[in-house]
Amino acid sequence: MNHSDYVGNILGSEKINIIDLSEIYQDELYVIVDSTDFVKACHLLHKRLDSSVMMFFAEDLRQESQIFALYCVFLNVQSHTWLFVRQNIAQDKLKFDSLAKDIYSASLFEREIREMFGLEPVGNPDMRRLKLHDEVWPKEYYPLRKDFTGPKEDSFKGASYVFKRVEGEGIFEVPVGPVHAGIIGSGHFRFSAAGEPIINLEIRLGWTHRGIEKVLEGKDTNDALRIFECISGDTAFGYSMAFCQAIEKILGLNIPVRSQLLRILCLELERLYNHANDMGGIALDVGFSFPAQFASLIKEAILQLNEGLCGSRYLKGVNTVGGVKQDIDRVKSGLIMGALAKVKKDFIALEEMLFSSISFMDRVDATGVLRLRTARDLGIMGLAGRASGIALDMRKVFPGIYNNFSFKMAKEHTGDVAARLKIRCSEVKESLNIIQHCLEKLDACSPELKMTGEEKGGFALGCVEAWRGPVLVWVRLNTKGKIERCKIVDPSFHNWDGLSFAVLGNIIPDFPLCNKSFDLSYSGNDL
Amino acid sequence: MSLSILKNSLKKGKVTIKLDFVRSALPPEIEELGQELKKTIHTKFGRSFHIREVDTGSCGACESEIIACSNPLYDIQRFGIDFVASPRHADALLVTGPVSKNMELALKKTYEAMPEPKFVITCGHCALDGGIFKDSYYVVGAVKEILPVILHIPGCPPSPLTIIRALLGFLRQS
Repeated sequence: MNHSDYVGNILGSEKINIIDLSEIYQDELYVIVDSTDFVKACHLLHKRLDSSVMMFFAEDLRQESQIFALYCVFLNVQSHTWLFVRQNIAQDKLKFDSLAKDIYSASLFEREIREMFGLEPVGNPDMRRLKLHDEVWPKEYYPLRKDFTGPKEDSFKGASYVFKRVEGEGIFEVPVGPVHAGIIGSGHFRFSAAGEPIINLEIRLGWTHRGIEKVLEGKDTNDALRIFECISGDTAFGYSMAFCQAIEKILGLNIPVRSQLLRILCLELERLYNHANDMGGIALDVGFSFPAQFASLIKEAILQLNEGLCGSRYLKGVNTVGGVKQDIDRVKSGLIMGALAKVKKDFIALEEMLFSSISFMDRVDATGVLRLRTARDLGIMGLAGRASGIALDMRKVFPGIYNNFSFKMAKEHTGDVAARLKIRCSEVKESLNIIQHCLEKLDACSPELKMTGEEKGGFALGCVEAWRGPVLVWVRLNTKGKIERCKIVDPSFHNWDGLSFAVLGNIIPDFPLCNKSFDLSYSGNDL
Repeated sequence: MSLSILKNSLKKGKVTIKLDFVRSALPPEIEELGQELKKTIHTKFGRSFHIREVDTGSCGACESEIIACSNPLYDIQRFGIDFVASPRHADALLVTGPVSKNMELALKKTYEAMPEPKFVITCGHCALDGGIFKDSYYVVGAVKEILPVILHIPGCPPSPLTIIRALLGFLRQS
């Protein structure tokens, strides 16, 4: 049975009226249903496909067809497809039925749709804004609407944000941020504690909101690419790759094998330096400074290698639509081999240092536990998900060129800081192997690097398993090759909630440790 | 455990001086730069120069490079420059990122919390004028329109060496 029939049958079994069902690409299926059936359809697919809400976003199509379109995206792991459930909302209706009561992972997305488009998710218990802070942004200005013009400067006095409050004898609040003690992004954490253990943690983000999705509108792909490299600095390559994939899908480009290999090589390098950074960070946050400094040298070695390969320590400027700009010849290949041989030894030494220290292991074992059930409900992605037992790695679901490499998906089940550390250790080893095999394959590969295609309009999703988890980029291009709408989902957007559950019952001094073990992006979440 | 640390510590030796850990050793000027910087800091700021970093909407790459300045290879601390946890302890404020509307107040408050004399330094293209985000509805504008900025460190992101070099230049003039 093909994908469309399978989905058709699921929806048909509950007599849901399908307005349109089309397989736009081999791995993207779009189904349009009535607004009245939308919640039921999503609920059904959520259960049957065992998928949390991967993306949920709106698009302003009032100019063309007097509607807003809402897309709720699920992942069908078995058939390796994305399923977009769409409903159209008439432009004068401005509301839709909330999914959040049945599917928690839709909740944050609905709040985002509300603040950005002014579409009311009827029934969502939490209507507070995420990114446009009440203190500085008046209501009724919805930036992602096409007819948006900025608010008038002088009329707005500022409102305030209401935190969840835990009340009772001996309970106190500890507010932290947005400016933290370390050199790190901006976020506000509000702990409610009684004595030592944390009873509730509310994370308020959005501080580094730059309006990226709006800035991207009207840009051509080259300008957009530069912006993608500055969404989250530590995932610069992952983002540019996801964006290029989306555009290449629209243009129908099959990029040369050499470029595909070079892309995964860079993606794995990015994974390596970030994992080194986090392994050091975890050590640092328990005050174990030698391995922390040791790890910072591993990271530095990889960053310097990156610079030697492409002139950028963060692998910026490598990707381009249709391939990559920079080749890796035999000399550079030698550089990589040399550098990574040292890096490999150091990683092994680092692992030994950490895992043979009883006092260190005592701090990380059973600290910051995120249970599988909670992780599933929240829709936790990527590395943090795998540490809690969610076996999902986009490199396995949509392998592409990864098909040529055998690597093991890391998975743990304890969901604590130690599990997230072990996942990193195991992924480091696999990444080093992938890079080595990649270099061998490059030798025998034709030198062609880039493809060009005709300008074309359309829409598509790009997905890359970056080091933190899947980076999702959905783009609609108009016929002139300019971006009409772009939706970006960083794994952090799902995972910040996971952190606030993982710390419950832990003591506040362990918070930095839990936080580092997730190492989520502020800027990728805030956009 | 302590054995493995001892072993690795001995094996690595003192990376800051040997510089053979990385593929391309640092240019020799870093040592000279640093020694010169140390002297300046010693005379002008009484032995140390403390910096508080604030992210007003950065992507995190600038932060990563600022942190790298303190790794054993560049080891900016040996010259008396340090990054501190509180603005109360700081001589300078190092700002990264375009200024998001949400961070404007926090930025001003952090500056106000610093004791005199105080300086504001911006780091990275975004902090100079908003960079690629300058036309956004949510970007207030350049840091220099909000606070008196005395030095800008260019780059996207600036490398640790660029940061160290820029700080030297600044301390020499001030």
